[in-house]
Amino acid sequence: MMEHEANANPSHSKTTGLPRKRFYRARAHSNPLSDSHFPIPVSPSQVDYSVHYPQLFPSPDKFDGSKSIEFADVGCGFGGLLISLSTVFPESLMIGMELRDKVTEYVKERILALRASNPGQYENISVVRTNSMKYIPNYFEKGQLTKMFFLFPDPHFKEKNHRRRVINLHLLDEYAYVLREGGIIYTMTDVEELGVWMNSCLKGHPLFEAVTKEELEADPVVKLLSTATEEGQKWRMLNLVPWNSGPSCPFGQEGGGAKKDGNGEGKELVEFSLHFPPLEHLPPFP
Amino acid sequence: MEEENDKNPETTVAPALISVHPTHKFVSAAVGSDLRVFNLQESCVVTLADESGGHKDSIRAIRYSANGQLFVSAGDDKLVKIWATDSWRCIYSVASEKRVSAVGISNDGMFVCFADKFGVMYVVDIEDHNVEDGVTVIKKGVPILSHYCSIITRLEFSPDGRFIVSSDRDFKIRVTVFPKNPVNGAHEIQSFCLGHTEFVSCLTFVGSQKYPLGLLVSGSGDSTVRLWDHTSGSLLDTCYVGAQAEFLPSDGKEEDILPAVTDLCATPDGSLVAVAIQSLPGLMLLRCNQSSKTLSVAKVVSIPGETFIPTSIGAASSAPVLWMVMGASGLHVSESASLARVRGISGFSTSASESLDLETLVLEDAEIPGGELLLQTLQGKLSIGKEAFSAAAEAVKTAMRNLLIKKQYSAERREFRKRGRNDMKGKQ
Ligand SMILES: C[S@@+](CC[C@H](N)C(=O)[O-])C[C@H]1O[C@@H](n2cnc3c(N)ncnc32)[C@H](O)[C@@H]1O
Repeated sequence: MMEHEANANPSHSKTTGLPRKRFYRARAHSNPLSDSHFPIPVSPSQVDYSVHYPQLFPSPDKFDGSKSIEFADVGCGFGGLLISLSTVFPESLMIGMELRDKVTEYVKERILALRASNPGQYENISVVRTNSMKYIPNYFEKGQLTKMFFLFPDPHFKEKNHRRRVINLHLLDEYAYVLREGGIIYTMTDVEELGVWMNSCLKGHPLFEAVTKEELEADPVVKLLSTATEEGQKWRMLNLVPWNSGPSCPFGQEGGGAKKDGNGEGKELVEFSLHFPPLEHLPPFP
Repeated sequence: MEEENDKNPETTVAPALISVHPTHKFVSAAVGSDLRVFNLQESCVVTLADESGGHKDSIRAIRYSANGQLFVSAGDDKLVKIWATDSWRCIYSVASEKRVSAVGISNDGMFVCFADKFGVMYVVDIEDHNVEDGVTVIKKGVPILSHYCSIITRLEFSPDGRFIVSSDRDFKIRVTVFPKNPVNGAHEIQSFCLGHTEFVSCLTFVGSQKYPLGLLVSGSGDSTVRLWDHTSGSLLDTCYVGAQAEFLPSDGKEEDILPAVTDLCATPDGSLVAVAIQSLPGLMLLRCNQSSKTLSVAKVVSIPGETFIPTSIGAASSAPVLWMVMGASGLHVSESASLARVRGISGFSTSASESLDLETLVLEDAEIPGGELLLQTLQGKLSIGKEAFSAAAEAVKTAMRNLLIKKQYSAERREFRKRGRNDMKGKQ
């Protein structure tokens, strides 16, 4: 039935039933600081899980908070990463956050089509149209997330637009708040200047510390990241673990001295460049 | 983006502000760029000593430090002025890149915080405080936290000094650990208090010896006053003040259906909270029960004689007088460019909140502490024409709307607001 409907829809490919990207072209960049006109949950408890994960939460009243979203893909674009992560972490709920309306619609369609053609799968991923720079605390409780992804964020080259970058010193406060102790931020970019910027922000933030090389090598996400995302040629990545932001946090006791007295001695940031696989090795894109 | 439009006359209308010294030594009022201070103890006008000649544009925030030694004023001229209240000299001047929307002073008086219209909060270290004679020291603020491009409306320190609380026009209240050395940043967020469905316009803490940590109270454009456990961010109670008072006849605009809460002031023991509401000619008093963690309407105080809608309220911790000002600057009325009317209510104290019948009394002009000289000083003149009041009420409303409410509502947002109102009726 789904197949039939899909075929009747010119915006979906006849052969795969998946939505065609070209029908969902949107402006390449949008201004994350402009005022938004989409619904925003008043607080995380108002996020309707039955809309996002209908198989797991059949009715809005049944949501008991037993399972909550663990991964957030911020600026998820066309959703490639979510789709790859979905099957690697089938037990974890994930959400993509995307500012552009048409792109969000495309990801929604794409997930629905995948669910229809792979029954029982892709039930743990969803997408929401929102401005992550303003509304992260409306979606997630303190310490809720275990992973946040910032892949190929818009570079905003001009100095006066640096404050529009999704990774900056002040926004990291909010990310540390929604991340659980030991949670990880993954960032990736093919723009060297932005890579250096994100690196220095994370390095300068007292609630984040670098992940060790060993942890990095053992992390299945790292392997996946080299294939899942849809933009870029070669990349550089940073990978950091936030500290607990509870009262026992050394930062609280020292009164913010972390930066002054040599931020995290011995905690070198893991930073390296890889070459992206040739385009034909990317997962098929409708 | 919240680009400032200096050409729009409506946005330059600034509501008049009032602030009271903690031991009732002074009362200050700000009307436009004019800062007026009256010495209650000696019943005389205070002359301000500021070599740079005072503020050049509308003042948006004023406050005394907890120990009363400092006073801070700031606003659209992008200047934060820090005054020593013993000499009333401007001891520090801090330049901001943007207009300033809110100020706070740490409980120990060592740091002044201010927020700009882009949502960035800055801290100024004034620990040194060694005042050289007659020189205003120029200081710089260090950005330490940010509400992403949302105007920060208020800054408030928790009674124990552990947290700095900031509210914004995107319905958010952020509670941040205030570090010992804040110039390195305030990165550790303790909680977000989320529940308001419109801009948050004002904050205050209620606390007492029995509850030294205090509880947070907030007022909003959604016509509610809410009580929070700021440590966990949980909402304890919501008081739908908009549904409980007789307002001035509305002109049918959306803003009038849900009159915004504009200011809050608590008694020193936190048992009573005074609420100023847009289009309420008078004041609402809420009883706050800190053990059952509830807020309820105790009384609506109406003000006889004139249409008095306070734009700002304040009280000292040592005297049971609630001070109110109604007014605005940049008015386009023939009489004058600015207007301020000051009134007082007696009986604003602990004992009042315990008795069943609140013995609050609106003071006649002759009964006001400081008397005519105070009124002359803070109002700029003694008597104010009737038509000026309604002009001021309208102007302030417009200014609030332009400053705080988003320009357009989507269909969903409108639906949401409607639903909010229905929920409200359900609760009654
Ligand atoms: C260059 S794309 C990268 C997409 C995807 N992460 C990838 O790796 O292929 C950046 C995306 O971030 C989105 N974006 C930018 N600012 C955003 C914001 N404040 N909130 C949510 N999404 C945002 C843009 O619309 C765009 O789709």
